[in-house]
Amino acid sequence: MDALLLARIQFAANISFHILFPTITIALCWILLYFKIQFHRSRDPAWMTAYAFWVKIFALSFALGVVSGITMSFQFGTNWPGFMETVGNVAGPLLAYEVLTAFFLEATFLGIMLFGSNRVPPWVHTLATALVAIGTGMSAFWIIVLNSWMHTPAGFEMIDGQAHVTNWIEVIFNPSMPYRLTHMLIASGLTACFLVAGLSAYRLLRDDKTAGVRKAMKTAVYGAALLIPVQIFVGDLHGLNTLEHQPQKIAAMEGVWETERGAPLLLFAIPDEKTKQNHYEIGIPKLASLILTHELDGEIKGIESFETSPPVAPLFYGFRVMVGIGVLMLLVSWYAAFKLVRSNTLPRITLRILVAMTFSGWIATLAGWYVTEIGRQPWLVQGVLSTAASAGNAPASNIAASLTLYLSLYAVLLLAYVSTLFYLARSASTPPANRNTTDRFISFNPITPATGGATL
Amino acid sequence: MSAIPDDLLPVIFLGLMGVAMLLYAVLDGYDLGTGLLMAGKSEVHRDQMIASIGPFWDANETWLVLGVGVLLVAFPVAHGVILGALYIPVTLMLAGLILRGVSFDFRAKAQAKHKNLWDCCFIAGSLLATLTQGYMLGSYITGFSQTLPAILFALLSALCVTCAYMLMGACWLILKTTDELQQQSIKSARRTVPLTALGLVAVSIVNPLVSPEILQKWLSTPQIFLLAPLPIATAALLYGLYRLLDRYTETSNTSEARPLMMTTGVFILAFIGLAYSFFPMVVPGQLTVWEAASSPDALRIILWGCLFTLPTILGYTALSYFLFRGKSTALSYM
Repeated sequence: MDALLLARIQFAANISFHILFPTITIALCWILLYFKIQFHRSRDPAWMTAYAFWVKIFALSFALGVVSGITMSFQFGTNWPGFMETVGNVAGPLLAYEVLTAFFLEATFLGIMLFGSNRVPPWVHTLATALVAIGTGMSAFWIIVLNSWMHTPAGFEMIDGQAHVTNWIEVIFNPSMPYRLTHMLIASGLTACFLVAGLSAYRLLRDDKTAGVRKAMKTAVYGAALLIPVQIFVGDLHGLNTLEHQPQKIAAMEGVWETERGAPLLLFAIPDEKTKQNHYEIGIPKLASLILTHELDGEIKGIESFETSPPVAPLFYGFRVMVGIGVLMLLVSWYAAFKLVRSNTLPRITLRILVAMTFSGWIATLAGWYVTEIGRQPWLVQGVLSTAASAGNAPASNIAASLTLYLSLYAVLLLAYVSTLFYLARSASTPPANRNTTDRFISFNPITPATGGATL
Repeated sequence: MSAIPDDLLPVIFLGLMGVAMLLYAVLDGYDLGTGLLMAGKSEVHRDQMIASIGPFWDANETWLVLGVGVLLVAFPVAHGVILGALYIPVTLMLAGLILRGVSFDFRAKAQAKHKNLWDCCFIAGSLLATLTQGYMLGSYITGFSQTLPAILFALLSALCVTCAYMLMGACWLILKTTDELQQQSIKSARRTVPLTALGLVAVSIVNPLVSPEILQKWLSTPQIFLLAPLPIATAALLYGLYRLLDRYTETSNTSEARPLMMTTGVFILAFIGLAYSFFPMVVPGQLTVWEAASSPDALRIILWGCLFTLPTILGYTALSYFLFRGKSTALSYM
């Protein structure tokens, strides 16, 4: 394999592994803050029990996010020196502001949040938790500003092959930023909600029906049920924004090779780069045109009408994986919320599905990022700097060595992380003596014991 | 801000980068050193050592991100040259930092039977990080030369920097722990003082040998007289530290922070020495600070940010050290 491809795989591996953990912590921190505030309000110790369990998982996820993030600041120099040499005047200040306004804030107050509760008054501890939440949010803001600028660059001029900023407001509020930021923050909310719901379901299935678990479960199910329709709406807006600024990405996502009117929404197909057509198409007539142009006969430009275009297959499949999980999230969270509102119980099968969907947010988030990032190829900064032109001259053997090291490290850490989460959930459970695992329902009502259900 | 001349901006950023790197070496130095010293300790002691760095290690590492970040945003060309030349050691260092950062959390959360394994990862990760940082410093000093003597020097530097971090860690533990662990730390500190001194002497000899400009800077008059207090003060501090540690048990009224202060003093003096020798080069023998700098506009907008955020950062860092002052207590989230 050539050095450029290896360097791209390495960057993809680093950033994919990294994004898993911020995706959890950005929103989990707000959930923790919610638990704390509910405790202050109601004085119900169950909220603190929920906090005590989830803060452990937050700490572990945060640590993984921090250390995998350090790698990123080195990657630019080791593998992509052309990026900073060309657009450093834009990227530099944005990255600097991320470190200055977010990293130190979250890292320092994390120490107080995690270990300071017996050294500071309760309100300072809650304030520290809030500051960590704000810090993670700020970090997400700055990095998404930079990422969005790479898709829809604005507010700059090129002088002697270098970008110079003409208007910082236009750089920061570049056309795709508001959509991408909202989409990502809600993605984080959904990822955290399904993580909380999944591990809580796991504990309920193990007959751990303590009040803390039930409160966490309800928070997560209602949270997910509220967020998912908003996410689908924001995702649609983001898609329309992409159609305006990066139509070639939409063409690849929809598998539209030649410009057509009344394009079908393809549910399934196998795109073929060689023959430039799809095999085994299954589609709903005219729906893609309707969604994207809001007209039945709206025109969608085909991949072949663009001078540069991204590879079709990863975008086509990635988009379907993301949307598929989104639909699943909608069905599961609404059904669970419906059951909770109606009868305050969750059927055992729903709990099993929630356990299976513990990390569904990760898969949807990664699939979505692959669609948007691969969709920018062959550009690193759309229309300004190509990926190939920004690569460094590190020999392929060096990159192969570092990539092997990273991949093996990531595989071990991911395994350790997932197994530790379930281990923590198991060890937090105190199994009652009269365990009955044949119940079909878990009753969520603390008064009635679990007779064929789980009460919340 | 626009009153600052364009020529001065890169110098300000070089200073900022230097201070961030110095703070990193001192702050992460004590927690890396603590990690190194965990080798061979009992589980109770290891728990205490981890507890002493728990609230701080994350923020400490952020100084490295700032230092490398300033290099990246203010001197993008130098960032590419330096990290390109140090590709393999940088990768190994990152692997080490990842390993120790996650082990810190896994050791307390994963199954009890795996705790020892995670402790080994923590120690190994710390060692990998300190050795590679030392190697990179040595390699930087020789201008990334790949000759045998240069590589040997970088290896020596790897060992001595590791010893200096151990010294820092031991001094931190003297301040933060009590009884047996504190006594062991005093011994560790005393053992690592001579090796740290050896490293400083080695750098001081090699530095002028590899670079005629540095030789010129050091040994011509009147610089030699202005520079003379630096090695003299360093030697005095190290000797004083050694003596202090030697009779530490007898003089129980000695301030427990003093060894840490003295070691920090040695780090600062060594840093000043390096900074003086290399200025205005960012990449020794290749790039000056002005050649490597970003556009003045970009630097100005970052400087604005620094003006407001750095005092705030220093403020809440101080708050954190104040809140967790005194002997460390067992880590608990509740």
